[in-house]
Amino acid sequence: MVAESIQAARTVAPPRVRPTLTTVPDAAPTVFDLTDVEVFYGSFRAVRGVTMAIHKNQITAFIGPSGCGKTTVLRAFNRMHDTTPGARVAGKLRYHGVDLYDPEVSAVEVRRRIGMVFQKPNPVPKSIYDNIAFGPRVNGVRERGKLDAIVETSLRSAALWDEVKDRLSASALGLSGGQQQRLCIARTIAVEPEVVLMDEPCSALDPIATARIEELMRELKSRFTIVIVTHNMQQAARVSDRTAFFSTELDSATERRTGTLVEYDATAKIFSNPGDQRTENYITGRFG
Amino acid sequence: MIDAAALRGRRDRADRSFRGLAIGAAATVLLVLGLIAVTMTARARTVIGELGVSFFTSSRWSPADGLYGALPFVWGTLYTAVIALVIAVPVSLGVALFITEVAPRALKRWLIYAIDLLAVVPSVVFGLWGVLVLSTVLPRSFLAAGVVLAIMIIPIITSLAREVLETTPVADKEAALALGATRWEMIGASVIPHSKGGIVGAVMLGLGRAMGETIAAALVIGSATGQITLDALAPGNSMPAVIANSWGEADTLQRSALIALAVLLFAMTIVVNLIATTIVQRSMRRARGTV
Repeated sequence: MVAESIQAARTVAPPRVRPTLTTVPDAAPTVFDLTDVEVFYGSFRAVRGVTMAIHKNQITAFIGPSGCGKTTVLRAFNRMHDTTPGARVAGKLRYHGVDLYDPEVSAVEVRRRIGMVFQKPNPVPKSIYDNIAFGPRVNGVRERGKLDAIVETSLRSAALWDEVKDRLSASALGLSGGQQQRLCIARTIAVEPEVVLMDEPCSALDPIATARIEELMRELKSRFTIVIVTHNMQQAARVSDRTAFFSTELDSATERRTGTLVEYDATAKIFSNPGDQRTENYITGRFG
Repeated sequence: MIDAAALRGRRDRADRSFRGLAIGAAATVLLVLGLIAVTMTARARTVIGELGVSFFTSSRWSPADGLYGALPFVWGTLYTAVIALVIAVPVSLGVALFITEVAPRALKRWLIYAIDLLAVVPSVVFGLWGVLVLSTVLPRSFLAAGVVLAIMIIPIITSLAREVLETTPVADKEAALALGATRWEMIGASVIPHSKGGIVGAVMLGLGRAMGETIAAALVIGSATGQITLDALAPGNSMPAVIANSWGEADTLQRSALIALAVLLFAMTIVVNLIATTIVQRSMRRARGTV
C-alpha cells in the first residue's frame, strides 16, 4: 500500500537532480526510531544528538561533510560497531520498537534482518555462486535446488544475472568494480533482509556503474527499506525520499569536533527550501 | 649554462659499489649452496658405486654385511613428520585463530610472546624432555618422535599462520558478518579462504623442519634399523637421526652411505619447499582472481 503510493508519486514527479517541492507521505510505518543516539570511540564522542525516524520502503539519504558521523550512525543500525574495540552506542535506537542495544538482542539476528553494502565492493575470495549462497546457507538453506533459485533471483534483482550466468563458479574477484558492487547488493538481498544499509556504495565506481546502482535502488525500494550514506549530493537528490544532513560542531565537553544531525526532512524540501542555514550553505556549495 | 661534468656525480659511483656488494653477497649464498651439493654428492658416490640403485630401493641396512638400503630411514623420516603434522596442524591453527579472532588484546600479547619463546627453545632440550618425561608414558618410537617434533613445529606454524590470518582485510570479515554470520561462520567464509595459501605454506615449512630435525628425533625415535611399519609405537629411525647416531663408529663405506642419506634428505626438503612455493603462489593468484 505504502509502497504503491510512493511508486505513484514517482510517476507523477520523476526524480531529477533538483526535484520540485513535493512531500513524502509520513504515513509510512516507522522502521528505526532514534532518540538522542550517540556513538563513542573510546572516550571520543564521534556523534551526538541524533533523533530521527526511518520509514518503511523509503530511501533515506545521509549527507554531510567528512567526519560528520553519517557512516558512524549507519553502522549503528546493524550493530557493526560491535566488532570495533572500544566503540559504544548510547541513547535509544529502536527497530520496530525493540531496543537494538538491549543485552538480550543478538547482533547476528539483527544483521540477518538489516543488511549492509559497503563503500568498497567486498566479495569474499570465493566463486560468484558461493558469495551469494553464503548468506542463505548460514541462515539454514541447505537444499541445492533452493540455493540455485535464490542465487538466480538475487542476481536478477541486482541486474547482474545476464552478465555472470555462464561463469557462476568463477572467482568473484575477477568481476569489474561495478559488477562486484552489484554482486554485493545481490548477496545482501539474498538473505531477504527488511533493511538494506548502503555506505557510499558508488564512491569507488564510474558514472555508468553508479547510474546502474541508482536505478537498482529505485527498483529495490518497493521490497526493502534503504538507508544510504553518500558524499554526492546529486545522488541523494536523485534517489532518496528523505534526506538527513549531518555536520560537525565543537563538542564543548571534549573540545573536539563531533558529528550531529542538523536537519532531516523530505528530500525535495532539503534541496529546495532547507530550514537550517548550515544545510543551505552545504547544499549550495558554500561549505563542505 | 650547465656543464656536463656537474651532471656526472659521485653518487653514481656509490650506487655502483653498493650494487657490486649486493651481487657479491647473493653470489656467495649460491656458491656455498653449490659447493655443499657438489662435495657431498662426490663423497656419496662411493656407496652408490658399490651398491648401485639398491641404495635407494633396498630396505636392508646392515653395516656388518656391507649392505646399505635407505628406505627404512626415508620411511622413518616421512612417517614421523606426518605424525608431527597430524598433531601440530590442528593445534597451531586453533591457537592462531584464537589469537587473531577471539583473544582479548591483553591476552593476545602474552600468547604471541609465549609462542615465540617456544620457538627459541634449543631442540636438544625438547629431545631431553622426550627422553626424561615423555618416555615415561610412551616407548621410544615413531610416535614419541612425532610428538616431540610436533611440539617443535607448533611455534613456527602458529606464528606464520597468525601472520597470514591477520592480513585478512576487515572488509572481507564485515562482508560475512553483515550477512548474519556468526564469528565461526565468518572465519570459514572470509578468513580461511583468504589465508589458505599462506597456511599451506606454513604447514609445508613445518614439514621441512620436522623432516630435517636431528637431535630431538635421534634421542626419542628408538634407533632401531630396518623398521618399515605403520605401527607408530615401534622403535624406528629417521635419516638425520641415523646420521647423528652412527657417524662416530662408521667406516669409510658407511660414512659414504650416511652422506648419501644426507644428500637424499637435502633433495627431499628442496622438493617439499618447491611444492609449498607452487601451492602458495597458485592460491595467491586465485585469491587475486586471475585464475
